[in-house]
Amino acid sequence: MSTEQTGALHPGEHLDHEHKPRGITRWLYSTNHKDIGTLYLLFSLAMLFIGGSLAMVIRAELFQPGLQFVDPHFFNQMTTVHGLVMVFGAVMPAFVGLANWMVPLMIGAPDMALPRVNNWSFWILPCAFAILLSTLFMEGGAPAAGWTFYAPLSTTYSSDSTAFFVLAVHLMGVSSIMGAINIIVTIFNMRAPGMTWMKLPLFVWTWLITAFLLIAVMPVLAGVVTMVLTDKYFGTSFFDAAGGGDPVMFQHIFWFFGHPEVYIMILPAFGIISAIIPTFARKPLFGYESMVVATASIAILSFLVWGHHMFTVGMPVAAELFFMYATMLIAVPTGVKVFNWVATMWRGSMTFEVPMMFALAFIVLFTIGGLSGLMLAITPADFQYQDTYFVVAHFHYVLVTGAVFGIIAGVYYWLPKWTGVMYSERLAQTHFWCSLVSVNILFFPMHFVGLAGMPRRIPDYALQFADLNALMSIGGLLFGLSQLLFVWGVVRCMRGVGDKASDRVWEGAQGLEWEIPSPAPYHTFETPPVVK
Amino acid sequence: MRHHILSALYSARYSRLCLGGLFMFLCQAAIAQESRYNMTRGVTEISQRVYGLHMTIFYICVVIAIIVFGLMFWSIVRHRKSAGAVPAQFHGSMKIELLWTAIPVVILVVMAIPATQALIAMEDASESDLTVLVTGSQWKWHYKYLDYPIEYFSVLATPRAQISNEAEKDALYLLEVDKPLVIPTGKKVRFLLTADDVIHSWWVPDFAIKKDAIPGFINETWTRVDKPGLYYGKCAELCGRDHGFMPVAVEVKSEADFEAWAAEQVALQEAARTADAAATPMSMDELMTLGEKVYGTACAVCHQASGEGLPGVFPGLKGSAMVTADIPGHIRIVVFGKAGTAMQAFARQLSTSELAAVITYERNAWGNDTGDMVQPADVAAAIQGGE
Ligand code: HEM
Ligand SMILES: [Cu+2]
Repeated sequence: MSTEQTGALHPGEHLDHEHKPRGITRWLYSTNHKDIGTLYLLFSLAMLFIGGSLAMVIRAELFQPGLQFVDPHFFNQMTTVHGLVMVFGAVMPAFVGLANWMVPLMIGAPDMALPRVNNWSFWILPCAFAILLSTLFMEGGAPAAGWTFYAPLSTTYSSDSTAFFVLAVHLMGVSSIMGAINIIVTIFNMRAPGMTWMKLPLFVWTWLITAFLLIAVMPVLAGVVTMVLTDKYFGTSFFDAAGGGDPVMFQHIFWFFGHPEVYIMILPAFGIISAIIPTFARKPLFGYESMVVATASIAILSFLVWGHHMFTVGMPVAAELFFMYATMLIAVPTGVKVFNWVATMWRGSMTFEVPMMFALAFIVLFTIGGLSGLMLAITPADFQYQDTYFVVAHFHYVLVTGAVFGIIAGVYYWLPKWTGVMYSERLAQTHFWCSLVSVNILFFPMHFVGLAGMPRRIPDYALQFADLNALMSIGGLLFGLSQLLFVWGVVRCMRGVGDKASDRVWEGAQGLEWEIPSPAPYHTFETPPVVK
Repeated sequence: MRHHILSALYSARYSRLCLGGLFMFLCQAAIAQESRYNMTRGVTEISQRVYGLHMTIFYICVVIAIIVFGLMFWSIVRHRKSAGAVPAQFHGSMKIELLWTAIPVVILVVMAIPATQALIAMEDASESDLTVLVTGSQWKWHYKYLDYPIEYFSVLATPRAQISNEAEKDALYLLEVDKPLVIPTGKKVRFLLTADDVIHSWWVPDFAIKKDAIPGFINETWTRVDKPGLYYGKCAELCGRDHGFMPVAVEVKSEADFEAWAAEQVALQEAARTADAAATPMSMDELMTLGEKVYGTACAVCHQASGEGLPGVFPGLKGSAMVTADIPGHIRIVVFGKAGTAMQAFARQLSTSELAAVITYERNAWGNDTGDMVQPADVAAAIQGGE
């Protein structure tokens, strides 16, 4: 009987590509990879602005020496929640959104392998962030121990919002793990005939490897937050020396998660850049195999370098040496990637549409971040860099001009495919140049104040840092405002304003996603394409 | 000044390579303005080595950047479609890929050698001449000389009015402390670091020392300074609300001056102990005046000058049940602190007169008006009685 029913369900649906549920239920119950991808991306955009507003509070307070606007305790809440929102709310969901949209299209699959899991993994996120952000309004305030929440500041000495924070992180973890499983299962099982491993677009490869990293380390994060919870409320002493525990163990566990986590936030961007550069250079990617190998080696090495965040905690010399060498080593495959991109451009035939501009900026600025990473790897020098603005500069170069620029490049690249209209090139170029200039005004001087001795996570500073801090705050405001141009450009396309996009969209575009119409129909590849 | 012009000229030569030029200019500018825009060379043999490593790896990075970005910009200029470039179709070369994997490895090995040597030297605290136990607690440092009967707290000396912009900020804003750590020149001084509450990090850039102070554990580091002077640093690990207000200052004195200073400190601390034991009862006025002063330096960072605390973080004292009723409880918590909270055992930091005064102050300020007076003898009795 049930088979009969299934067979009879929506007989005409396969022919009606545009059939989709209407209203709010379309989004609430959606199991469609494109709708869920859109949800993820819009959620991420909202979080980018919420996290950005918190950063504006930070930069406003730091505009001048002295305490101007906020209490130092509130300042600490701002840095903490800013970090958490950007990492878990903006960057990671944006990549999952892009994976949702693009992985099935790139491998010729009709949808993700586990559509209902997909729905869940998205809808858990708004709940998690509602909980996290609500702590800002609680007595005692939001978590204030930094996004790295070192014990015992986050346990014995934290406010009661810790319990909510822990719950929120658990939910984010569940969401990430479900998303990662879905991506792995999809890539393993749903590739179109002929889509062999070594034909996979690099975005698919990098995401596959990222998904494995997620499954490996999100449970570690879950473990460490649970220990924080029980230390604070249930009398355990994992991180309390008075009860036989060890505060440094917190850092080992956290960074065992944390370092792979930073690669989780960059590997998919490597994939995006590896798609964009060949398109606009009209030349195949240089060194495809070595890109795959480099990605895999980065992923493996990323489990062996966590100690570089802990050079000052007093590890044995042998351990410090090990982590120094391992960290220097991880720069090698990262370098290979950059060389390959440059070689792809070499003797190409380049044009400079906005996705390419962001990709080029990515290569230069991400490399600057990678090079400062190399400096940080030199343990004796790191003693001077550690916990200063130099580190803040490093990770904003790799994460903002790296991960976020990669995401923006990807959005401009695929937006015509999603919406069927071209974005406004003039508006987008304006967005690009404003972002490029302001982001460097914002982050480049951080290298200098950091080297000159300004610690991170402070609401007030010695007078010698005043001029550059004022400059950085102005850069921050401009960078924030520039992103409104991005929203404007995206909204225009979503409302269908703009020139009609062709199916291939870009002259040099290669891959299955460009074989389907623009905008991509609601259902694609119901009969698998054959890849030759 | 000459430096400045030179660096400008030097950088002008490079300005053709637009980004490389900019980079060089910034580097040169950074060097000209050493202390403000670059790592300090510091004043110890170790700190100079660290500076050397820093500049070496920095120049290596600059060279890599110039080569990579140079090739990239060359290709952007020459291999653009609008210039009629026709795309080549090569997509790999085993030889070149092996080469640019191997070259970085070689560079890194070359870099790792001096870094390893420096690190081993930095971590060898053996055969020291003098040992100081450094203890971090929420927003102050405590120094205890293991070779002398000297110990004291060192706290930020910048007046609150400067922080809240009500007074002009002086040159040592947020750097100055009431009593710096004092060490002699030419001696290998070993520091043992620990903490009472959360993790702090003791950082003196001029010595290239940064080491975490971790509750329940003892870390070790060392320095040897030849140049007398006053050196400033900061707490480098987020340690709660006033993390930004926890400077480190180290005064390096010649050996003779140091010995004189040490002898004076021993005498002073002895005298303070005797005075404390002989403390006589004080009048309400005396208690309140001294109490207000002590409250401002020791208590207001958390409980706030208004006595209202920070809801959910630090309890208010205004109208609180303990402060208005329970005198023995009030004395006990101030004297012994409360384990597992930011409330410290102030008997370690304040004299019995100061403790008595501040307790009296809290019981009568902000409209608490209990009329209670607590005398040094009451506090001494509580200390005697133990927790
Ligand atoms: C060439 C590759 C890289 C090397 C050698 C490197 C090295 C380092 C080192 C040694 C630190 C610790 C600095 C300290 O706290 O003293 C650090 C911090 C950090 N790195 Fe990297 N890094 C690299 C690439 C990346 C990438 C690709 C990302 C992310 C996309 C990243 C994100 C971060 C973050 C977020 C922190 C600071 C975390 C915190 O303390 O809040 N790094 N890096
Ligand atoms: Cu790391």
